[in-house]
Amino acid sequence: MRHGQVSQEARRGREFEAFVAGAGGRLLHAATLLTAETPGDNPRARRLLIHALAQTYADWNRLRGEDPYDRARRHLATRFAHHAWRHQLGGLLHPRTDPSGPLARLSPQERLVLVLRLYEGVAEEQTAALLGLSTERVRAICLRAITAVLRPPPGPAPAVGGVKAVSS
Amino acid sequence: MSRGSREALVRRMLEEDSPAAVPPGLHTEAVRLGARVLRRRTVARWVMWVLLLAAAVAFTVWAATVQPWVEPPSETTPPLTGW
Repeated sequence: MRHGQVSQEARRGREFEAFVAGAGGRLLHAATLLTAETPGDNPRARRLLIHALAQTYADWNRLRGEDPYDRARRHLATRFAHHAWRHQLGGLLHPRTDPSGPLARLSPQERLVLVLRLYEGVAEEQTAALLGLSTERVRAICLRAITAVLRPPPGPAPAVGGVKAVSS
Repeated sequence: MSRGSREALVRRMLEEDSPAAVPPGLHTEAVRLGARVLRRRTVARWVMWVLLLAAAVAFTVWAATVQPWVEPPSETTPPLTGW
């Protein structure tokens, strides 16, 4: 019994290490896109990733054939969604040093949908289920985010008064 | 620009600028936090079982002493008249 537990621990440790070595880079990139930080300076993304990985490690023996990458991505997304609201609130009190990733101009929710749909290639239905939104809403947010990303960044002093509203 | 090509363009943008390397302590830190999560879950399970057991014992003791299924003795007696 005791011996079995120990060997199970060891196996979990080995498998998890291999998983982190293989998937860590891609997950870190996804986390960095979510937090809209630069690749060289991404403390929030690292924290997010470490916690998502820790949850995945804790779930390891109960995955029952589920892809650990899926599980880690789910923890990453839900943790980000959970904390985005609080950070947004904090952002009003302590404005962040301006984020400069490619998605910096998007809202946290738009970033989340865009990263899940386009970077991770998660299906619309699964994204909707994960975020607790309707499929139509996910499609609308995704289209809005794509439009916002492709729009050229505004100059230092926008001369045109009426910014064209993006219908969603 | 069609929707598909716009999506492809954004996808390429997202793929660019990958963080240089995974921070070296990532795995050990994740294992440390993960082990803490597991310990917390174990403690939570323990607490739940102990509470459940305590509730069951308390209910049994209460039921054995109060015996709510026994009909209470009648407190009103019909007046004895006609002697």
